[in-house]
Amino acid sequence: MSFRTWYKSQKQTRKFHPGWIVIAVGGVLVVAGIIAIPATLVAETAPPPAAAASPPAASGHGKAPGAAMPKVIEQTPGPARLRNAKTIQVDFSPPPDEAMPTDEFGKAVRLGKDIFTDTQTYARQYVGNKLNCVNCHLGAGRKADSAPLWAAYGMFPAYRDKNKHVNTYEERLAGCFRFSMNGKAPAPDSKEMVALVSYSYWLAKGAPLGVELKGRGYPQLAEPSQKPDAVRGKQVFEANCALCHGVDGQGTEMSGRYVFPPLWGKNSFNGGAGMSKVKNAAAFVHANMPLGKGNSLSEQEAWDVAQYLDSKPRPPDPRKGKSS
Amino acid sequence: MPLSFIVAWMPGSRNRVLPRPPHLPARATDFRSLLAGVVSIAWGATGASLAHADRLAGATLAQQGGGGAPACMTCHGATGEGQAAAGFPRLAGQGQAYLLKQLQAFADGTRKNPQMAPIARSLSAAQMRDAADYYASLPGWKQAGAPHTPSAQYTQGLKIVTEGDWSKEMPACFACHGIAGEGVPPHFPALAGQPTAYTQTQLSAWRAAQRTNDPLGLMQAVAEKMSDAEIAAVSRYLENPSRAGKEK
Ligand code: HEC
Ligand code: HEC
Ligand code: HEC
Ligand code: HEC
Repeated sequence: MSFRTWYKSQKQTRKFHPGWIVIAVGGVLVVAGIIAIPATLVAETAPPPAAAASPPAASGHGKAPGAAMPKVIEQTPGPARLRNAKTIQVDFSPPPDEAMPTDEFGKAVRLGKDIFTDTQTYARQYVGNKLNCVNCHLGAGRKADSAPLWAAYGMFPAYRDKNKHVNTYEERLAGCFRFSMNGKAPAPDSKEMVALVSYSYWLAKGAPLGVELKGRGYPQLAEPSQKPDAVRGKQVFEANCALCHGVDGQGTEMSGRYVFPPLWGKNSFNGGAGMSKVKNAAAFVHANMPLGKGNSLSEQEAWDVAQYLDSKPRPPDPRKGKSS
Repeated sequence: MPLSFIVAWMPGSRNRVLPRPPHLPARATDFRSLLAGVVSIAWGATGASLAHADRLAGATLAQQGGGGAPACMTCHGATGEGQAAAGFPRLAGQGQAYLLKQLQAFADGTRKNPQMAPIARSLSAAQMRDAADYYASLPGWKQAGAPHTPSAQYTQGLKIVTEGDWSKEMPACFACHGIAGEGVPPHFPALAGQPTAYTQTQLSAWRAAQRTNDPLGLMQAVAEKMSDAEIAAVSRYLENPSRAGKEK
């Protein structure tokens, strides 16, 4: 009442329009925001101690937001991204293959790509199954949301719950050799390891260090509304996956190379692998499978089919010596 | 085996159910069991030649037509190699299950084409199988003549075909169609050696949702992400794919 009369009287004097107050206050808030938001981000760049919140197979880093790059974008807290709902992630795209250098360093980068896409040929002696790194890290380790190399490289060294110490990047790669590839890791200074690290480094060129990049890892799903169920999962599998991976999950081999990789059994990853966790498998499958139709299954279907994969036999976890 | 040939040429032999050969006798000196042995071998040979008979029937259909259907070779070439200029597809060496599925699709209207639809409708189920068996048994595409001279379009085609473009969620063509485009039976057809114009029409048809008979919509999900230039580049590359330009 009194405010309205005051407002009207002010308007009628025609000397001062109260709308200016609104504009002035708004302007101050905008300017304050521009200064304050990056400032808080810089203050928060140190990784929070809540490392246990991220899944054991992932790196031990919390999701540390950063503001080092200009292309900072706000992450939409969609259901597939709950884990990251409060983080701000940075956009990054790796350089094109055509930009690969041709010098001695370029040779190592190229070998790294070959090992990554055709591990069976280029790092044969370190592999105990029929998989290639690229089977779980699509597009030669480039595809966002399939644990791309360019997003991983700058996040190490990091503490990992999986082995309870700070891991170098080499040790992280070694983990995938030991568990995902059911083999043994090349030595940190071996030709193979140097090549893989070179390839990752080159892909990550220009990315900020220690900053969570958009597209890292597999986007974790929200807890399912119904408990994941292998019986429902079997139906999902037969309808959407068997076409390529076979009803028996053993994949399809053509002239000595698997076109569609085996999902369980002796030729697949072992019980200690990140993919043997229902949570990781559900996240990977939801974002990446069926090939070329990522995000087409419902989240419940992804959980169920992951549970079905988990119900199948695979080589034992080498740390336990028994099948899991 | 002369006997098997005679049986193979017997009319209607291919429609017969495969007989289960009885056990060979333990003592072959016995005349009756010897006779039984001979008969069972003959039956076995018949079974083995039934497939051969199907192919022969398919060959006849391909070269002379039959039952109202025109000779397939007038459009698909004398050895099933297709006709590049007209955009008629290569059938030789294509997967049997895939060929059969497409003939059924033309006949029941789930795949539309004014030239093939009436032909497929005039074929009996047995004729479809014969034709599919025959063309699947012919040798597949082999690199012949000079590979493409590397050009910008060639390089673009090679890249999409072997690596895809994950920045728009598009997998490599060869991730599904085999490491050299030779096909992955039963669901994924060979692409290598297919006339440019044919591949181009099919990709455009999928993109426009005019061809929709692919399992799980897998092929449509790829085509809908392609630009005209990309369709042109892969189609041209696939007519004579070679890895010459592949960086090592
Ligand atoms: C069976 C599937 C599979 C295979 C094969 C595989 N990995 Fe992994 N990899 C995973 C999973 C699961 C993770 C954890 C991803 C996450 O936590 O989001 C992972 C994580 C990684 C990471 C860390 C990613 C990050 O952002 O922290 C790197 C680097 C890596 N893998 C490299 C490799 C290399 C090199 C090979 C081949 C020697 C390989 N992987 C083979 C499944 C696989
Ligand atoms: C169109 C064929 C196709 C379909 C359909 C498909 N996949 Fe895959 N899948 C692939 C290919 C190809 C790869 C390897 C990717 C690469 O190397 O680039 C793969 C990789 C995988 C992997 C990681 C590698 C491994 O061996 O464990 C898993 C897990 C997987 N698929 C699960 C599924 C599930 C579950 C479904 C059904 C929801 C499915 N896939 C449907 C083609 C397919
Ligand atoms: C008048 C020309 C013509 C004749 C005769 C013909 N075809 Fe075709 N055929 C075509 C054309 C054109 C297409 C491509 C249709 C399209 O674009 O979808 C085709 C496609 C096909 C396909 C699908 C190939 C693929 O890769 O998907 C099969 C199988 C086929 N024909 C079998 C036959 C058989 C068997 C006969 C003989 C009984 C035959 N055709 C006779 C013109 C012909
Ligand atoms: C995710 C798996 C997948 C990928 C990736 C894929 N295709 Fe296909 N493609 C299919 C399937 C399945 C069919 C068979 C459709 C049917 O059964 O009718 C097919 C059929 C085709 C055909 C029809 C062949 C014929 O003889 O009629 C062409 C042409 C083709 N694909 C081209 C391509 C090209 C070019 C690419 C890459 C840009 C590609 N495909 C990538 C799954 C795939």
